[in-house]
Amino acid sequence: MSRANTPLLEVRELKVAYGGIHAVNGITIDIAPGELVALIGSNGAGKTTTLKTLAGLLVPGSGQIRFDGQNLHKVAAHQRVSMGIALVPEGRGVFARLSVAENLLMGAYSRSDQDEIATDLARMYALFPRLVERKDQLAGTLSGGEQQMLAMARALMSRPRLLMLDEPSMGLAPLMVKKIFETIREVAAQGMSILLVEQNARLALQVAGRGYVMEGGAITLSGAASELLGSDAVRCAYLGG
Amino acid sequence: MSRHSLCGSFCFELLATLLRGFCTVKNFKFTRQHLLFSLMLVAVLLLPFVTDALLGRGWVRIVDFAMLYIMLALGLNIVVGYAGLLDLGYIAFFAVGAYCYALTGSPHLALAFPMLFPDGLHLSFWLVVPLAALLAGGFGVLLGAPTLRLRGDYLAIVTLGFGEIIRIFMNNLNAPVNLTNGPQGISRIDPISVAGVSLNATQDVFGITLPSVHLYFYLFLGFAALVVFVSHRLEKSRIGRAWMAIREDEIAAASMGINTRNLKLLAFAMGAMFGGVSGTLFAGFQGFVSPESFSLMESIMVLCMVVLGGMGNIYGVILGGLLLALLPEILRHSVVPLQQALFGKTLIDPESLRMLLFGTALIVVMLYRPAGLWPSRVRRRELESDETTV
Repeated sequence: MSRANTPLLEVRELKVAYGGIHAVNGITIDIAPGELVALIGSNGAGKTTTLKTLAGLLVPGSGQIRFDGQNLHKVAAHQRVSMGIALVPEGRGVFARLSVAENLLMGAYSRSDQDEIATDLARMYALFPRLVERKDQLAGTLSGGEQQMLAMARALMSRPRLLMLDEPSMGLAPLMVKKIFETIREVAAQGMSILLVEQNARLALQVAGRGYVMEGGAITLSGAASELLGSDAVRCAYLGG
Repeated sequence: MSRHSLCGSFCFELLATLLRGFCTVKNFKFTRQHLLFSLMLVAVLLLPFVTDALLGRGWVRIVDFAMLYIMLALGLNIVVGYAGLLDLGYIAFFAVGAYCYALTGSPHLALAFPMLFPDGLHLSFWLVVPLAALLAGGFGVLLGAPTLRLRGDYLAIVTLGFGEIIRIFMNNLNAPVNLTNGPQGISRIDPISVAGVSLNATQDVFGITLPSVHLYFYLFLGFAALVVFVSHRLEKSRIGRAWMAIREDEIAAASMGINTRNLKLLAFAMGAMFGGVSGTLFAGFQGFVSPESFSLMESIMVLCMVVLGGMGNIYGVILGGLLLALLPEILRHSVVPLQQALFGKTLIDPESLRMLLFGTALIVVMLYRPAGLWPSRVRRRELESDETTV
């Protein structure tokens, strides 16, 4: 109960560098349980680096990441998955030469509760009916939109408490983008905490409750999504006037 | 074609029905698969006798070597086919296994440490096998650890270097302490014995006379069966699925909760262990090892077996191993007599013709069967769907 007010994810003064280049330069982010937070910004702002670091795929230079009150400093990427952090990587990263069903089961790799996994599998097929038809097809043969659905469903198979989506709209037809964002809204409505990284700022802010604007490795603006949508600075920089 | 297959399947059904009649075991259904399996088993068990009768004893020896290559190819298949890690120095693990038995099962150590082992160390083969497996596995981790962040071409270059380093070590470790006897190699390695029976002499088993090469064939067959079994179980296991995920997309695999570091090391170690065990068999069978058996060409040969046969598919890899191990011998035995008959003298050395034909065969297979001769189901599906989408 005491947990209700404490954020699920706390990022404090996080710095990440590739060699000498600071990609992320001291950012601070909070995500409360059940919140949908958008992280927007242009190319090269450091959004993907942030997500990869949160997932444990990159090692931060300094700063702190706390998940559910626990310091993630020494926690490896694969352990973070079982703690409840799931990443849908940029470019979807489906296992091209495995079937759709095998991809989904890979999502439950960190779990061993066979019955519950079967239940979740059925739930994913209900959430993404398109995947049922494609069940035995190789993931590499799916369309971009279907692959994005598969990547999301696969991440959800680990029963995460925080779902991190990296550019889900990338390279998709407008109709598909709409569909994907409807699903994101649906998943959020079920109480999932989501960190959504997007270049398409308008779309992201329309579904999110709160947003952070990232520029040159730092957070330049943050607040309620509706406020950001109305702010002149965001409008000029990302929404095309 | 249809008449032929109809006739074939009729014979098949007839045989199956007959065998079913003989089968009285409760709740045991004799299916076509069982029949096929038993027929294959009988064929494989009779192979040395048939080969001996038709082609002569030298060919049984060649078949024995083919079995060793199959084991090597299956080991490399774990690294390349399952985990997708391109390894061009695989033969080094074969060398480690071979030298492991050569050192511990021959008089050689008497040269290096005359005080310690006046007669050399003559450990039992069955004791050396697990030791060699462990040692080779250790070398696998040794190769895997520094290359964890490398993929594709870069990994290939480092593994190639590793293979050469091991070979050059074997070549030069005859000073200051004569450990490997250098380029001369180590000879007089103890033959392998099973339950006190040496495989280096003709033995009578249940009234059947088995020459040494036959005995080694059955030993290798047993080990190959074990390798196939382990490969099969690995493929279907949680570990196997994790390897395939790493092969497809390493970042995504890590985001699934797969410990990519440990699993890549495990792939290297498992592959190396198979290589090491084959090495001990090789040393015991040959009675002699020298660095020239472990050249880069051998690594490439084993890789070709995996790729040509069908990466990731156990049966394809077996087929590839068998073909590539036997083809050079078939050429060697046919090219010279053919030329003699045609021109009255040997114009082209079979050895140089071998590489020409080998290269041509590789190009043809890669053009017409890019997934290998007997691809895994997944690869086949992938290529089929490629055709439909194009």
